[in-house]
Amino acid sequence: MSAIPVTPLEDDDRPTPISSAPIPAAARPELALWVENLSVTFDGFKALTEVTLTLEKGELRCLIGPNGAGKTTLMDCITGKTRPDSGAVYLESRMNDLTKLSECRIAELGIGRKFQRPTVFQGHTVYENCELALAGKKGVFRTLFARLSAAERTRIDEILELIGLQDHAKRQAGLLAHGQKQWLEIGMLLAQAPSVLLIDEPIAGMTHAETERTAELLRSLAGAHTVVVVEHDMEFVRSIARRVTVLHQGKVLAEGPMAQIQKDPRVVEVYLGV
Amino acid sequence: MSRWILTSVIVAVTGAALPRPAHAGPLDEAQGGRLEQALERAIDGLAASSDDKINESVNKLAVLGDPRAIPALDALCDDRLRLGTDGHAYVWDSKIRDIRDPVTGAVVGGAPRPLKEVEISNEVRRVALPILAQLKLGSPDAAVRLAAAQELSNGGSAEAPALLRGALGREHDAKVRGALTLAIARVDLGSADASARIAALEVVSKSGDDDFLSTLQQMLGQGSDGKPNEPDARVRAAAQRARDAVVSHQRVVGFVGDLLHGLSLASVLLFAALGLAVTFGLLGVINMAHGEMLMLGAYATYSVQTAMHGSRFYLPVAIPVAFLSTALVGVLLERTIIRHLYKRPLETLLATWGISLGLIQTVRLIFGAQNVSVANPDWLAGGLEIAHGLVLPWTRIAVVGFVIVVAAAVWFILQRTRFGLEVRAVTQNRSMAACIGISTKRVDALVFGLGSGIAGLGGVALSQLGNVGPELGQSYIIDSFMVVVLGGVGRLAGAVAAALGLGVVNKLIEPAAGAVAGKIAVLVFIILFIQRRPQGLFAIKGRVEA
Amino acid sequence: MLLGGAALLIAVVIPLVAPDYLVPLLGKFLCFGIAALAMDLVWGYAGILSLGHGLFFALGGYGMGMYLMRVIAGEGVYRSNLPDFMVFLDWKQLPWYWHGFQSFPFAMVMSLVAPGVLALVFGWFMFRSRIRGVYLSIVTQALTYAATLFFFQNAAGFGGNNGLTDFKRILGASLHDPGTRKLLYVASAIALFGTYLLCRFVVTSRLGRVVTAVRDAELKTRFCGYESTNYKLFIWTLSAMLCALAGALYVPQVGIINPSEMQPSNSIEMAIWVAVGGRGTLGGAVLGAWLVNGGKSWLTAALPSAWLYALGALFVAVTLFLPDGLVGLGSKVGSKFRSKSLRPPT
Repeated sequence: MSAIPVTPLEDDDRPTPISSAPIPAAARPELALWVENLSVTFDGFKALTEVTLTLEKGELRCLIGPNGAGKTTLMDCITGKTRPDSGAVYLESRMNDLTKLSECRIAELGIGRKFQRPTVFQGHTVYENCELALAGKKGVFRTLFARLSAAERTRIDEILELIGLQDHAKRQAGLLAHGQKQWLEIGMLLAQAPSVLLIDEPIAGMTHAETERTAELLRSLAGAHTVVVVEHDMEFVRSIARRVTVLHQGKVLAEGPMAQIQKDPRVVEVYLGV
Repeated sequence: MSRWILTSVIVAVTGAALPRPAHAGPLDEAQGGRLEQALERAIDGLAASSDDKINESVNKLAVLGDPRAIPALDALCDDRLRLGTDGHAYVWDSKIRDIRDPVTGAVVGGAPRPLKEVEISNEVRRVALPILAQLKLGSPDAAVRLAAAQELSNGGSAEAPALLRGALGREHDAKVRGALTLAIARVDLGSADASARIAALEVVSKSGDDDFLSTLQQMLGQGSDGKPNEPDARVRAAAQRARDAVVSHQRVVGFVGDLLHGLSLASVLLFAALGLAVTFGLLGVINMAHGEMLMLGAYATYSVQTAMHGSRFYLPVAIPVAFLSTALVGVLLERTIIRHLYKRPLETLLATWGISLGLIQTVRLIFGAQNVSVANPDWLAGGLEIAHGLVLPWTRIAVVGFVIVVAAAVWFILQRTRFGLEVRAVTQNRSMAACIGISTKRVDALVFGLGSGIAGLGGVALSQLGNVGPELGQSYIIDSFMVVVLGGVGRLAGAVAAALGLGVVNKLIEPAAGAVAGKIAVLVFIILFIQRRPQGLFAIKGRVEA
Repeated sequence: MLLGGAALLIAVVIPLVAPDYLVPLLGKFLCFGIAALAMDLVWGYAGILSLGHGLFFALGGYGMGMYLMRVIAGEGVYRSNLPDFMVFLDWKQLPWYWHGFQSFPFAMVMSLVAPGVLALVFGWFMFRSRIRGVYLSIVTQALTYAATLFFFQNAAGFGGNNGLTDFKRILGASLHDPGTRKLLYVASAIALFGTYLLCRFVVTSRLGRVVTAVRDAELKTRFCGYESTNYKLFIWTLSAMLCALAGALYVPQVGIINPSEMQPSNSIEMAIWVAVGGRGTLGGAVLGAWLVNGGKSWLTAALPSAWLYALGALFVAVTLFLPDGLVGLGSKVGSKFRSKSLRPPT
């Protein structure tokens, strides 16, 4: 990791302190996702402590922090995989607390997630993977009689082209290379058409060229979608991030533009490590 | 030191060999000799030809009051007394099919045959029985006195109350005193004196002895004419109290009994589950042949017993033999079959089921399809009487103790030894463990062997509790898996708690609802329980990778 | 599809040419084929190794058995309106759950619905709490075990140890008549074919793909918006009902249903049928059921003590050497052969 110049900061330059006070209702419509005072403990270990986070619509946010900072746990809470001890998560203007809902309900409401390890349906073809991810009603009896519409076919073809797997459409997903699986998973996210995308370490195992394409893709997604990226690669974070949130030991340590974060002595101390 | 041992041996031997009168008073030699002679004459007189003469001898024995006459009188009443050609009386022992000397009890060889059977009328028996009881009440042996007290209370002869009261006055042993008191109460319940009946009822109510229940019911009931069987209202009230006391005492005793049975079931379950907790919990291998390891352990015990011709010390040999043989079978299975299936738990389940079929069939071919029975060694016979009517067999106590020792040993091996450290390392991170030089293959095989060996020890325990058959393991496998599921995988403490819980709950439900309902209730309980805690009682919470 | 049609044709023709004593045996095999399809749905496609399908099979059988008992009311040894075993137990009236079973349609519906409801309730509790893998297998086995104990009881009202037997007629036709047996055989063949078509429809639908996806990566399907619990519940309940159908057809052909039919070992044997043929292929499941049972019929007659060894060895061999079953082996050999023949000459 390149050394970051540490310059003494003026008071004004400090990142805005995180307020745990509720955000006024009038401000909510602007927001895509609002995490309020989230706390999780595992057998006494505090994975998250009073984490509050707000995401504006169309934003591209990077979430960084050393191992064990609580990044994945935060994602788990947002997507309903882990039930927090206290706190709440709200999506857009909806008033229902996501932490009370099941994973699939949250997915239906419009939050998509890519796992740290690429997770695709190994036994299905690339095309079928995309088909399964397609947005739409996902009840048992509906899927029993479901047929792909022409529009859906076009959409899948578009996505396959975008992720560069159009020639592998009939291949079993389990047989793809690591990087291809990463792409397929991103493609599936797109097919799901969520309003918020949570992406955990998207470029692990990718070549330099692929990384650049990913960065480009993520930047293009922002705007229409709200994107949260967890990543360790600082170079990559710098190349895509507008705002960065730093987690440390389950707490939000700092939040602000990348340039500002890099100057924050606390961040430098715990994470960027000089 | 050695001289001291020598002296005590001599004392012991001579002490045992000399016939000693029970109430060894300050007798001088001559007087002692005369009494001896009188005793012998009186005993020989029991074999006389006429009832009158026999009666006379019986009364003489009553006057002498020597408990050494008990065997002879006993034999007389049981028609086991024989008259030899030498004019002496002998006691016939049907077990050895020979006669014994009535006083010393020694087998008499070179017999004064032919023997003549002594036949007595009921008249004589009526005289002899109370005297026999009286002698027994004066016996130096507390067990004999206890039996006599119980016998007297049931016999209901006219002399019984006086005899019992006299004996109570002399008695020092608390247990015998208790029995005497109860015996007096039983006699007094039939007394004409209402206050005596009330006093007797007080005693009964304190004892809580359920032998009195039918008498009490009878006292509280009504005759066919609609009149109460017990005329006195005060006595009826006392009887009511006594019955309530007896019933509630029985309820407590019954509960404690169920609890103890539950504990012993729990210990068997724990034996089966301990091994599973090791193989399933640490290796993640679901071994459906685990029950067969129990079965093999039990058959190993049977084999050792047979090989040692039922020596009373076959168990200490059987324990290591059972452990090592089942552990060996376990290691072989792991090396040849199971290691190829580590990543495929469901297939492991099927393969090990296949193995269990093979093991059952093999045992059937070698030992036969019939159950065999493993005899308990004599030092495990009998039981501990915890309360009246509640005897806990020594075998069950031994099994509970054994499982505690084994569980502690397993804990020690896993937590306090180098091997345990390696096992835990492999469990937590296989590749990392391999990197730091732990032979994961060796650890896998040994852990599997350990788990199987523990099941083998469980087999030793099972062989002491019941018959051994080829399908023995099948009946335990499901319950023991339930224990592991309930306890949480890989958690020793969880397995212990779950085995205890399931065993005790099972036995507590059983008397009320039947064995099957108990099983079903436990299953339903487990299903509901894992709704709340899918990871079991003692789960490790944490972030799980997708 | 063509293959299935041909198989059906053969299946219908066989009883016309086969000796009479063989017909019930072959009919039994057809029922096992249905059970194998049901097992394959849950295990092959949904990844749930059920050790409880013997229970559903037996429940279906009991439903049919209850009809067969009721329809001969008054003709038993005791000439009573009650089944003989109830007279023997000195029962005075029919237990409430026996009412209605004199009607064939009602009995058939109950044969399928009762196991279906049991599967639904049990499955709901299991899948809801995310019990899966070997845990689920163990709990299904415990369920089966408990049910076996329950049915063994005389007080349960299902004939206890002996179960239900001494049937005489089905829909007015004598069960001892070879013609009836042939008809039952044909009915089983049609049921097998119908089950095959239904399973094919299910596994090739998007629902089938979701179910397989749940098997491979359950969490991912949930994040895609599929309530995996419902999907598992659907396939599990459907499978239980198909298995019950097999049991209902099985009972009139073998003439008895008793609790030993639901022993845990029977359920595990069903799993090995599917494993031998090939998991996740419908044809393979049926093939496996036929091969294993054919082998069993032959071996238990020829060399009885060897059967358990053979079965045990089969369990081990299939899991070790044939993870994809015979069908998997066939396609592997086939593709190897093809790739050899397609290799350009060098």
